[in-house]
Amino acid sequence: MIPEIGHFALILALCVAVVQGSLPIYGAAVGNSALMAIAKPAARAQFLLVLIAFCSLGYAFAEKDFSVLYVAATSNSQLPLHYRLAAIWGAHEGSLLLWTFILTWWMFAVTLFSKHLPETMRSRILGVMGLVSVGFLLFMLTVSNPFERLIPAAVEGRDLNPLLQDPGMVVHPPMLYMGYVGFSVAFAFAIAALLGGNLDAAWARWSRPWTTVAWCFLTVGIAMGSGWAYYELGWGGWWFWDPVENASFMPWLAGTALVHSLAVTDKRGGFKVWTVLLAIMAFSLSLLGTFLVRSGVLTSVHAFATDPKRGTFILAFLAIVIGGSLALYAWRAPRVGLGGSFAMVSREGMLLANNVLLVAAMGSVLLGTLYPLFLDALDLGKISVGPPYFDSVFAPLMAPAIFLMGIGPLAQWKKAEVPDLLKRLKWAFGVSLVTALVLPFVMGKWTPLLSLGLLLALWVVTTAVVGLRERLSHSNGTGLSDRMAAVPRSYWGMLVAHCGIAVFIVGVTMVKGFETESDVRMNVGETATIGGYTFRFDGTEDVVGPNYTAARGTFHVSRDGRETTVLYPEKRRYTAQNQVMTEAAIDPGLLRDLYVSLGEPLDGGAWSVRLYHKPFVDWIWGGCFIMALGGVLAISDRRYRLAWRKEKEPKVAPVARPARCEVA
Amino acid sequence: MNRFLLPLSIFVVVVGFLGIGLTLNPREIPSPLIGKAAPEFSQPQLYEPEKTFSPADLKGKVWLLNFWASWCSGCKTEHPVLMELAKSGQVPIYGMDYKDQRDEAVGWLQRWGNPYPVVGVDEAGRVGINYGVYGVPETYVIDKQGMIRYKQIGPLDPDTVAKKILPLVQQLESQ
Repeated sequence: MIPEIGHFALILALCVAVVQGSLPIYGAAVGNSALMAIAKPAARAQFLLVLIAFCSLGYAFAEKDFSVLYVAATSNSQLPLHYRLAAIWGAHEGSLLLWTFILTWWMFAVTLFSKHLPETMRSRILGVMGLVSVGFLLFMLTVSNPFERLIPAAVEGRDLNPLLQDPGMVVHPPMLYMGYVGFSVAFAFAIAALLGGNLDAAWARWSRPWTTVAWCFLTVGIAMGSGWAYYELGWGGWWFWDPVENASFMPWLAGTALVHSLAVTDKRGGFKVWTVLLAIMAFSLSLLGTFLVRSGVLTSVHAFATDPKRGTFILAFLAIVIGGSLALYAWRAPRVGLGGSFAMVSREGMLLANNVLLVAAMGSVLLGTLYPLFLDALDLGKISVGPPYFDSVFAPLMAPAIFLMGIGPLAQWKKAEVPDLLKRLKWAFGVSLVTALVLPFVMGKWTPLLSLGLLLALWVVTTAVVGLRERLSHSNGTGLSDRMAAVPRSYWGMLVAHCGIAVFIVGVTMVKGFETESDVRMNVGETATIGGYTFRFDGTEDVVGPNYTAARGTFHVSRDGRETTVLYPEKRRYTAQNQVMTEAAIDPGLLRDLYVSLGEPLDGGAWSVRLYHKPFVDWIWGGCFIMALGGVLAISDRRYRLAWRKEKEPKVAPVARPARCEVA
Repeated sequence: MNRFLLPLSIFVVVVGFLGIGLTLNPREIPSPLIGKAAPEFSQPQLYEPEKTFSPADLKGKVWLLNFWASWCSGCKTEHPVLMELAKSGQVPIYGMDYKDQRDEAVGWLQRWGNPYPVVGVDEAGRVGINYGVYGVPETYVIDKQGMIRYKQIGPLDPDTVAKKILPLVQQLESQ
């Protein structure tokens, strides 16, 4: 019964979405406020209906209702409850439901925080989001219904893919989708602005916080996916340039460009057309990512079951949404006109260059991802494009972008003087260069890439320090804390996010330069040494988990005779699908990870074992979280809080508190 | 051209390719061995280990080489198809018992039937490496000159046999 309620709620949601996607947009076009007023209640009703559907599916999982096909296919009675609930997004149908749920969640958020928007704008935004939602609801109801019954019911479920039975899997997809789908808000703002023909600075100001929030979620989502691959796949790698990873990385690159371009449109009124295009691009790439992942046109380690009807549906949807918006762009954008002019050497100029580099990087990732498909379609043979291509194309594009990232925030708007910039930055450059050249020697190994990586990271940090110092010396206040409090949080956010990049670069550079690994055969009691750490293998024992049995190895790790830690890697066999999984054991640390994964059992209790010593690897994800933290700081800026307070208490004039209380 | 139309044009091209992409199967990987001579081997036979089995023995014949194992579930799925094909006598199927235990392989054939005139034993998987075997079952069509003409990855089904294997065998026979 409950699954039928969920199914019915989806059908109702579709009806509401159709209304929401048509009447308010028409109303905005003809100036009928009664029609426009439908948007808000419709969006809220849709959110509620999809929430009901989502909870119904969750209930079916919690109650182990194996008469629902999807539940029987992705869970098992022995699967613990938290993984049963995470199994909602463990496969195709449920992922779509999550996608749609998050889309309606964003719609609901827009209805809450849009009191200050003009009615026409709001109804257009919600209308566009409603149209996107129509596509996804229709997709679910026609070819991917999560509530399809299995009659007679299965006695036992087939179980969730063991790879996905991991805490990371519980959080990674919702985070990633919050980011993906969050770009739909910026997209809807852009389309609404194009429809209305009023692309002004106000439009950019409104869509900025939404874009930043989505960007934060996407950053964290990608980082978690990468971290999950690192410890769950047992290869010790953290990024594989796999098509599905690229599918999430391309919207991130476009989104990063969008965040910066919006800043220019907001502050200077420039880049309008470019910003609109980026907003369309970021969301289009999210949709394209969904298509690539869900249609199976590309091979990837994320081997999803494929159904040609589904591929055709998403492709048609893609063509309508992206094709439609790009056509609208081609029609409307020429009338927008240019923003204020600026010199090539200016903050705008640097941001534009950065934007171009980011988009070029995105384009090269897209090309690399789709290249095998292009060749295959032209019957020129089957190839695969791997990390060597991406590494050699991506790094040269990013290096100048990161170099500019240091200068950009210090340059004046409109026109900056090169000699002046040189004077302000010479110390930062000197310190970075000398340190980057010397530091690798101190650590015992020098390669050009090692120095380049460190140079970029140090450059970002030193220029941030220079920028902050200048800012503090210009701000009002007597003591240092007063001055720091006077610096707006959006500026802090920018600094923090940029330093996150530096931390990330340090992680990547150090891991690439200094990691050591070894594949060894270890008998019980034998030792192996890697990166100065000695691993002693003390044999394996059998352990039993809730839905698996495992051989668990014991490794005593010591350094200079002192015990560092004990690691317990496992080789698990999940009973329902008889699948074998490697559970690596990791001793994480600020300066290094120790990583052990069991290979195959050999004769006489010996095992083939893979050992890794990975210096600074956690900085990779740490950097991503710091970037996201920067985003959070930026949207907690005073002006957004003021706007928010105004909405909560529309009648009371906001009282600006002394700034120092806000940072405390 | 109007520069505002550029994004749309790029997108149209990409959609075109994605559309074609949907009709292709990315997992279908052509074997580089097709059109090349079948790698030589000389392996002990399953039933008479003192005798050997080698492709050289079959020069002048069109034949199938089927990699299988008693531990492989796909092989059991495919087995009735092989039995049917063997019974029809249209083409001989030679087996290669891949990374298997001799007694278990003999037991398996006793239980499900033996479609092979001769079965070779590839206990170490060396022959499999030379043939580029991804996993069992895999089937190769080898012509009179000892060239590989077709490779089937995964179980054979009646449709593939009727539409691909048999027409190819007939064509090769007539050469």
